[in-house]
Amino acid sequence: MSKQPEYRDPMSRTAVRQLVWLGAAGTGAFIALMVALAWASSLTGGSAGGGAGIDFETKTITIVIEDEPPQLDSTRVTDTISFRILGHVMEGLLKYDASNQVVPGVADRWEIRPEGATFWLREDARWSDGKPVTAHDFVFAWRKVVDPVNASQYAFILYYVKNAEAINTKKIPPDQLGVRALSDRVLEVEFERPVAFFDKLVTFGLYFPIREDFYASRGDRYAADAGDLIFNGPFMMTRWVHGAHVRLEKNPRYWDRDAIRLNAIDMPYVTADATAVINLFKDGSVASAGLGNEQLDEAMKLRWNLGRYDDGSLWYLDFNFRPDRVTRNLHLRKALQLVNDPGELVNKVIAIPGFRPAASLFPSWLTGISGPFRQEYPPPAVTPDVAKAREHLEIAKRELGLTDIPPLVLLTDDSPTANKQAEYFQSLFRRTLGLEIRIDKQIFKQRLQKTTDGDFDIVSAGWGPDYADPLTYGDLYASWNGNNRGLYSNPALDAQVRIAQNSLDPQVRMKAFAEIQRIMIEDAVHLPNYERGRVFVQDPRLKGVVRRAVGTDPDYTNAYLVENP
Amino acid sequence: MLIYTLKRVVQGIVTVWFIATATFVAMHAVPGDPLADQRATTEQIRRNLQARYGLDRPLIEQYGIFIGNTLKGDFGISFTQENRRVNDIIFESFPVSATLGVLAVVFAAFGGVVWGALTAIYRNRLPDHIITFLVILGISVPSFVVAALGQLALVDINAWLGFSLLPIAGWGSVRHMIVPSMVLGLGTMAYLTRLMRSSMLEITGSDFIRTARAKGLPPTRIFLKHQLRNAILPVVTVLGPAIAAITTGGFVVELVFAIPGLGRSFVQSVQQLDYTVIMGTTVFYGAFLVFMVIVVDLLYGLIDPRVRLE
Amino acid sequence: MNAVERFTPLDFEPAVIERQVHAISRPSLSYWQDAGRRLRSNWRASASLAIIVGLVAFAIAGPWVWRVDPAAQDIDQISQAPSLPSTALIVEPSAPWAGVTTEPIRAGQAVTNLHLAESATTQTVRLAWEPVLGATGYVIYRSIYDPAPDRALGLPLGDVLGAQRASYEDRLDLDPTRYWYSIVVLDASRAEHDEYTTLVVDAVRAVSPEEAVARGWASDTAALGVGDRITLPFHPLGTDYLGRDMLARLGYGARVSLFIGVVAPLLFVVIGIVYGSIAGFVGGRVDQLLMRFAEFVIALPFLLFMILFKIAFGVGPGESGVFPMLVALVILDWPPTARLVRGQILQIRQEGYVSASQLLGAKTGYLLFRHMIPNTLGVILVTLTFAVPSAIFTEAFLSFIGMGVAPPTPSWGSMANEGIRTMLSHPHELIFPAVFISVAVLAFNVLGDGLRDALDVRMRGRE
Repeated sequence: MSKQPEYRDPMSRTAVRQLVWLGAAGTGAFIALMVALAWASSLTGGSAGGGAGIDFETKTITIVIEDEPPQLDSTRVTDTISFRILGHVMEGLLKYDASNQVVPGVADRWEIRPEGATFWLREDARWSDGKPVTAHDFVFAWRKVVDPVNASQYAFILYYVKNAEAINTKKIPPDQLGVRALSDRVLEVEFERPVAFFDKLVTFGLYFPIREDFYASRGDRYAADAGDLIFNGPFMMTRWVHGAHVRLEKNPRYWDRDAIRLNAIDMPYVTADATAVINLFKDGSVASAGLGNEQLDEAMKLRWNLGRYDDGSLWYLDFNFRPDRVTRNLHLRKALQLVNDPGELVNKVIAIPGFRPAASLFPSWLTGISGPFRQEYPPPAVTPDVAKAREHLEIAKRELGLTDIPPLVLLTDDSPTANKQAEYFQSLFRRTLGLEIRIDKQIFKQRLQKTTDGDFDIVSAGWGPDYADPLTYGDLYASWNGNNRGLYSNPALDAQVRIAQNSLDPQVRMKAFAEIQRIMIEDAVHLPNYERGRVFVQDPRLKGVVRRAVGTDPDYTNAYLVENP
Repeated sequence: MLIYTLKRVVQGIVTVWFIATATFVAMHAVPGDPLADQRATTEQIRRNLQARYGLDRPLIEQYGIFIGNTLKGDFGISFTQENRRVNDIIFESFPVSATLGVLAVVFAAFGGVVWGALTAIYRNRLPDHIITFLVILGISVPSFVVAALGQLALVDINAWLGFSLLPIAGWGSVRHMIVPSMVLGLGTMAYLTRLMRSSMLEITGSDFIRTARAKGLPPTRIFLKHQLRNAILPVVTVLGPAIAAITTGGFVVELVFAIPGLGRSFVQSVQQLDYTVIMGTTVFYGAFLVFMVIVVDLLYGLIDPRVRLE
Repeated sequence: MNAVERFTPLDFEPAVIERQVHAISRPSLSYWQDAGRRLRSNWRASASLAIIVGLVAFAIAGPWVWRVDPAAQDIDQISQAPSLPSTALIVEPSAPWAGVTTEPIRAGQAVTNLHLAESATTQTVRLAWEPVLGATGYVIYRSIYDPAPDRALGLPLGDVLGAQRASYEDRLDLDPTRYWYSIVVLDASRAEHDEYTTLVVDAVRAVSPEEAVARGWASDTAALGVGDRITLPFHPLGTDYLGRDMLARLGYGARVSLFIGVVAPLLFVVIGIVYGSIAGFVGGRVDQLLMRFAEFVIALPFLLFMILFKIAFGVGPGESGVFPMLVALVILDWPPTARLVRGQILQIRQEGYVSASQLLGAKTGYLLFRHMIPNTLGVILVTLTFAVPSAIFTEAFLSFIGMGVAPPTPSWGSMANEGIRTMLSHPHELIFPAVFISVAVLAFNVLGDGLRDALDVRMRGRE
């Protein structure tokens, strides 16, 4: 066919011209639409983006939150984001200072006795609407936590108070709770049984106060919006656009307001995507960002100021001790214990500074009597030994009457880190022991269901501390603990847990924990992998941010800005 | 026309009802306890929670309550965001997603039509090759990559300029809308480009175009009124569901650009087994989709007079 | 007048056929033969076909030629870029190190005499220094760049508490490269001093004989003497985030991805065509019913139903459920094609040749298959082109959440998804699978175009 190239004929040239016009019209329509929609959304009160990560004039910092805080009612909160915000806008009887010592909060004096405790509240503690914080506010809040109608999932953290458990299980009414306001300024607590660390417990979010008249005035809309809350902490929430923007500003009625040097903490970005947060930091829009192992090289190249801290959690592989499971066999577990190399996992596979290879149920940050628990009571050492492991495997096969161990199911969640670690273990156990591991990846709720139903052989799990005492880890494998998903049951361990729970003598308690630690390792109850740490980058002009294993983390209460660091 | 529209609306309501019922059944059939959390709870606490959310009642009763409430326009309270009504969640995040979605579709539609027609005209020449190559490359990488690269490009541009030309994340002003909507629309634009190209190639060779040219009609009229108008039909067909899909499926873009839209609720609600939000968003999306399809079908009849709507 | 006079009776003799003017010199071609001929002469389409055959060959024969286990994790060479094989030095197995503790004598803001306790290898770097009085501890930093002059110390590896602790052992992710280690003194309030001491360390790749055997690099420790060099496994295309060979994974991954990427789209496009043409052609109530059902399927929440399918098909934990996934993908993905085809049919239904055909007595089936569907081929081919990568990435997503292929089975889609995280630091993990996917999609696309041109009735008889 001899004809002119199609694009040269006048028809096509016109077409191209018209297309260019169409393109221009499209761009115009696009822009016009954008402006119109932006105007329309501003009518409904949209939120404008944030300013710089650090603003010296207004003493404001901008940070990111991973998700919309699901629950700001302190009697029903369960998640880390909400705890973090509540930790800034509310204050309990006591709190932690920068070196993690328990210091006065709303209470400026307290006394802990074996049968109970008394707290004397300070004169100038105020709510953000000016009314004083009274002991009645604590009584009201604590009763709400244990009230079964409230369905608080963390109610158990109040079980140390007399009658709390009975109330929560519907045996007696909430006003029987062992806490009374002797006056507006004096709070008296009766214990269910002696608890050595009650001062640390009351720093926890569930113990925060709530004022009854305000709560009643809001009904079931309490904590639904910024206007449905009153605050007694260093900051108050002045803006809450759901899923988009949270803003905290200095609370002018806070008793220690002179010590608070920031005026506002702005959180106009809600995203869990780590790369997006780092991009925001690069752009100067936020004051800090967490780093994953892929970003470390670039962080060094950009000469960033990096920080590291222990987030306090322990990660391990749990076994299933139900009757029909091969993991019930001690020698099989010993075999796996002897090929498990947390050092290799942490140093080569995870490769983030701050992670520590785990060697025990009790992470390194826990304090014992006067120093770190693990220094005072070192765990029995376990050195990887493939030959010995294989011997144990043979014994296990004999005991179980099997020529080969059937494939073991490793239950894990669907995050990339969990996947990576599961594949590592799959390869490790296959290479050293010839075991076939099947990785069962489940989304969150399905994984929880399977764990509860016992539908696994091994499950990768983690545990974060609720309070700064070894008992928060120590009672994990007690046979009555619902979090003991593998249903491990050992009367010797149970006995030690009871001793630790009921004794007030630190020596006795720490010895009990040491014994628990020994049993965990000798019986290969679980395989500890690592204690998680975090690496982050922070604007060097921001100082005084406290990172913690237990308590509000990160804590900006005492943060301040420095022009020339 | 009016009767046709009414018929379609009635059919639409029936469709949405089916969607809701199927989802309700599927949701309850999937294993997993919506109220379970990392920390084990005692039996008593679990029962307290179930009572609070009405999960202790028989399934039929729960279904009845759900349908009754939906007809009243109330989707209940979210399980995960415990103080927010599902209605509020949807009505606060939908406008954001809709804005993003509409802009993305406009961008994709204009872009797709223009690039597609261009590749048809310059068929098998360099412009066609370049555009086709870009299109293929674009769809061969996960959508995350496009979004991440887009954001990275913004960071670099801002750094090079020394000031913040465009915000790299967040929502709330015109400047926030530009890049995310373009990134969101790119995938659909690629599809529309190819669709338009193929459609144009067919129309261009067809008889009525040759007749029009032979008749001596001015090229401007032929192109716009005949060629483009006919070639656009498949694009229109695709646009209806595309708007619905983009508006609710912008999960990746919403995550990377920290945009408070509905796409995130969609995905997260299934992961968290948040019953009320799943039902609310599914019914809402179903209704929206059905509505868009009706609009598109009506448009179809307008554009192509040969197509008779029964 | 003159011409007429010159006529003779001979002029009125009947004419004789003297030569063949229109001779059929080649056999006549049917529609299909013509199509095939045009396809073959289209060099782009032929090239694409060759590429596709190549990819299939790579999928099938690749693992035979490149015999590396795609699941074998080479932990020492994680995320390595494509490179030539490297070597390692054989050293004595490192004994556990108790570290150094000395009483500080000097006071000061920074430590002195920062040195290596033994030669630095990729197994371990052991630092020791002279402690100072008044310190509560020391923080150890490591960077791959020189910290001076702006105190960019790099990664905070850890800290040691207590003034007398004068050593640190670093085992974290050591590469054979140059490191700058810096020590900072912690003062009485546990804050860092501004001053720091730096040591430049070049880590050498080294391994002990036992480890070399354990990793499978040598068969027997006796053959390895200290000081020898041993060659590490060669990874021509580099390794992924767990040290697995990229080439092997791409080969095995091709099987899953090509299978899903071709079969799933073909299946759901065929279903879509049948469904859409029936709806478009028959029209009326049937059309409305069919279309409403299609919308119903589109509106169902994808993730929820995938989870349900997984359970319904009884895929065991950690088992690969490729078939159930295929079925699920097809069941949930056909409606858009159906809608598109229906739209085209609605348009074509009004064309002249359709009514003509009907008048001639053509049955519905004949009309659909012979006339209408071939005219929707353009739209169908576009859909197919996009369905291929879409199926590949949906499969990757499903495998990620536990449906589809179980780890460690690779697929191009999941490799691309995993490569996203290291996109900036180790781009090869994303680039290779993305290139393979692009090439496959491009090849299918060009072949499809060629097919469409070849099968296009209007172009019949033209070159």
